[in-house]
Amino acid sequence: MRPRGRDTGWGIMDFGLSQEQVLLVDTVRRYLADNCPTSRVRSVMESETGHDGGLWAGLMELGVGALVVPESYGGLGAEFLDLALISEQLGSAAVPGPFLGHAMATLALVYAEDSELKKECLSALAGGEALATCAVAEPGDVWDHAAVASTVKDGKLSGRKTLVPYASAADWLLVVARDGDGPGLWLVDAGAAGMELRTLRGNDMTRRVESAEFSAVVCRRVGGVESLAKMRDAGLVLLAADSFGGAQRCLDMARDYALQRQQFGQVIGMFQAVKHQLANLAAELEPSMSLYWYAAHAYDRIPEDGPRHAALAKAYLSDLYDRAARDSTELHGGIGFTWEFDLHLWFRRSIFNRSYLGDSDYLRGRAADLAGW
Amino acid sequence: MDLRYSAEYEQFRGELRAFLDKNWTDEDRATLGGEEVLIGSISKPGERVTEFRIAAIEAGYLYRNVPRRWGGGGQPFDPLKSAIIREEFKRVRAPREMVGQGPSMLVFTLLAHGTEEQKERFIRDTLLGRILWCQGYSEPGAGSDLASLRSKAELDGDQWVINGQKTWTSNAAEADWMFALLRSEPDAPKHEGITYMLIDMSTPGIEVRPFRNIVGDSDFSEVFFDNVRVPKDSIVGARGEGWKVSRSTLKYERALIGDTDIARRTFDGMVMMARALERRGKPVIEDPVIRNRLVQLESRLLAAEFHSMRLLTMQARGEEALLAGMVPKLNSTQLSYDLGKAAMDVMGGGGSLAPGEPEAPAMGMFVTAYLWSLGVLIAGGTANIQRNIIAERGLGMPRDPVQKR
Ligand SMILES: Cc1cc2nc3c(=O)[nH]c(=O)nc-3n(C[C@H](O)[C@H](O)[C@H](O)COP(=O)(O)OP(=O)(O)OC[C@H]3O[C@@H](n4cnc5c(N)ncnc54)[C@H](O)[C@@H]3O)c2cc1C
Repeated sequence: MRPRGRDTGWGIMDFGLSQEQVLLVDTVRRYLADNCPTSRVRSVMESETGHDGGLWAGLMELGVGALVVPESYGGLGAEFLDLALISEQLGSAAVPGPFLGHAMATLALVYAEDSELKKECLSALAGGEALATCAVAEPGDVWDHAAVASTVKDGKLSGRKTLVPYASAADWLLVVARDGDGPGLWLVDAGAAGMELRTLRGNDMTRRVESAEFSAVVCRRVGGVESLAKMRDAGLVLLAADSFGGAQRCLDMARDYALQRQQFGQVIGMFQAVKHQLANLAAELEPSMSLYWYAAHAYDRIPEDGPRHAALAKAYLSDLYDRAARDSTELHGGIGFTWEFDLHLWFRRSIFNRSYLGDSDYLRGRAADLAGW
Repeated sequence: MDLRYSAEYEQFRGELRAFLDKNWTDEDRATLGGEEVLIGSISKPGERVTEFRIAAIEAGYLYRNVPRRWGGGGQPFDPLKSAIIREEFKRVRAPREMVGQGPSMLVFTLLAHGTEEQKERFIRDTLLGRILWCQGYSEPGAGSDLASLRSKAELDGDQWVINGQKTWTSNAAEADWMFALLRSEPDAPKHEGITYMLIDMSTPGIEVRPFRNIVGDSDFSEVFFDNVRVPKDSIVGARGEGWKVSRSTLKYERALIGDTDIARRTFDGMVMMARALERRGKPVIEDPVIRNRLVQLESRLLAAEFHSMRLLTMQARGEEALLAGMVPKLNSTQLSYDLGKAAMDVMGGGGSLAPGEPEAPAMGMFVTAYLWSLGVLIAGGTANIQRNIIAERGLGMPRDPVQKR
C-alpha cells in the first residue's frame, strides 16, 4: 500500500504517517524498550568498542538495514522517511552503535552509479552481513566536499579524515575525496594496507568516532557528487530525526519529574515558572517534528527541496535538542547533574548531533545559499 | 505522507478555477483584490464583492460549514477541499470569507445555541458583512480572568437593563451589533452568573470612546452602558449559561490568530526588502548575520506551516489534535514579533521612519506589522495564558487552584 499513487501522478494530500509506518515505529520502539534500557546503553558505551553486536543484529532482523535498499538489490524499497522515523526512535532511546554512518553509507550506494560494486555492497548491507561507515570530515572542520583535500590517484587514496563513526567496526569505509574529475566517493576495505585508524575520545560515548590516515590505500570508486550529496543529506535528516527523538525524551522526563518531585509541600509542576518552562519547550518542539518529516519526504519525493530542508532541519532540531537537554537538566535539580542519572546521555548526544556534519551556523549559511539569496 | 492531491481533488480544483475565471475577472482582481487584515479595522464590503461572495456561497465554496438554510455553503466537512479553496482564492486574490469576530465567532455560537429567529435574522447578513459585530467581553477589571466581569444585566419586565463598561472592544465604533457577556445572576458563583447577549449598538445609553492604539489607529474602544434597554429575547442560550456558550467560540479566534499566512507574507516581503536595500554599499541580504537570522526565522515558519498541514491531516482523519492543537497560537504570536523585529533590523536606520513616510523602506509596512505583533500577543488570551493552557491541558500539569475559583 505504501507507494500510493507513485506512478499515477495522483496523491492523497496527507501529511501524516501510513499505517505501515506507524506499525514499523511501534515495532522498533517495543524492541528498544525491551532490549535497550539505559542500563544496556551504559554497558555498551563503557565497553571497548561501543558497539554491541547482539543489539545491532536485532535491529537488522527488524529490517533496519534493508529498509531503504531498493528491492532489485535485495532490500525492502521503503521510503527514506521510514528510516528517519527509526532514527527518531534510536534518538529517543539513546541507542549506542553505528546506525548513522551505516545508513549514510547505504544511501550513498543507493544513489551511486550502477556497478558491480554497488550490487555486491548493497545486498550485503541489506542482509546485515556487512557494516559500513563514511569518512566525511577533514581536519580544519572541513565538511564541504568542495573543499576536500584527500586525493585519489591511480586507484590509491591518500589523506587524513577525522570524526569517522565506528571505523574499526566497519567492513567498508566510504571516503569523500577528489581525483582529476573533482570530488567523489571511494570505498576502502577494512584492514587495507596503508590505512591507520585511531580511536578518539568523544563526548557522546554512544557514537564512537575515529580518525583515519590513508597513504596510498587501494580503493574503488563508488560515485560522484550526486552520491556524496545524498549521503550528506541523509545524515543531516537522520540527525534531525534523532535530535527530535532525544529532545522529546528530555521533555517527557522533565514532565514526569515535575509531576512527582515535591517541594514546598506540592509537586513542582504546580509552580508556574516550571509550567511555563515546560510549555515553551513543548510549544517549540511539537511543530518541529514536521520539519524533519518534510525534509525526509523531500529527500526522495521532492528532490529540489531536499538539500535545503536537510540542512535547515538539522540546524534547527539539533539546536532545539541542546535547549531541551539543558532545560530538562535544570528542571531535575541536583540529580540531573549526576553521572548516575541518565539525562546526560541525551545531553551528550545533542553535542554530537550539533557538531557532526557541520555546526548550525554553517548549515544555515548553506540553506541561505540554496535559497538563492 | 504524500503531498499531492488525488484525481478527485484536482478535478474539484479545476471546477473551482473555472468558477473563479468566470466570476472574478482580472479587472476585479486589479481593482478590488486586497489583502485582508487580521484584527485591524473591518468595514462593510462593496456591492461587487458581496455579489461575488453570494455566488461563491451558492457554489459551495465559502462558509462550507454553515448550513444553506442560514446562508452558508452547506457542504460536508472536508478540510482538503477547504485547503484547495484557500489556495485558489488566494492565488487570484478573490474575496474569501469575511474576517472578524462576527463571522468567525458569533455565527458558530448562534448555530450551536441560537434560536431559529436569531439564526434567521443574523447569520446570513453577518456572513456577507452586512452586519458588523464587536465582541464585548473584556472589562477594566476582567481581562485574563474574564469570568470576574461585572457589567450587569437586570431583567425588568420584558427588557434587560444593562449597566457597566467594556473595554479594548475592537471595531466597536464601526459595529452594528455587539455580542457581550454580562452578569445577570449576581449571587451565583462567578462562572454561573453570566449571560450571553446581543446588543444593537444604536440603542440609547451606549457610548463608544475610541482609544488610539500603539500603531496609531483607533481600532479599539471603551464602551459604556448607562441603563441600556434591550428586549428580553436578546440572550443566546439559557440565562446564566453565558460562560459555556462563549467557550464554544473562543477556539475559533485562537485558530484565526494561529494562521500562518500573515507570517509567510511578512517573511517573503522581508526577503524581498533585504535584496532591494543596501547597507554600506552591499545588498542587506549578503550580510551573513542577516542570512543566518532569516534562515532561523524561516525554520520556525516552515515548522508552523508543516505543522498546520499535519493538523489538517489529523482533522481529515478524525484524530484528536490535543497538545498539537494548543501550540499554534503561542508560536505564531512569538514568530510574528520576531519577524517584525528582524524586518526592523533589515531596514537599519530606515526602521525609525513611520508608516506612510515616503522615504521609509516599503512605506513602513513592516513597522506596522512589528507594532501589531504586540497586539496579537495579548488579544484572544495572552501568551502566559496560552502557556498555562499548554502546561495544564497539554502536558497534564496540575490546575492552578486560584484560576479554578
Ligand atoms: C489588539 C487587541 C484587541 C482586543 N480586542 C478585544 C475585543 O474585541 N473584545 C474583547 O473583549 N477584548 C479584546 N481585547 C482584550 C484582550 O482579550 C485582553 O487584553 C486580554 O485578555 C488580557 O487582559 P488584560 O488586558 O486585562 O491583561 P491582564 O489579564 O491584566 O494581564 C496582564 C499580564 O498578566 C499576565 N497574567 C494574567 N493572568 C495570569 C495568569 N493566570 N498566569 C500568568 N500570567 C497572567 C498576562 O499574561 C499579562 O502579561 C483586545 C486586546 C488587544 C490587545
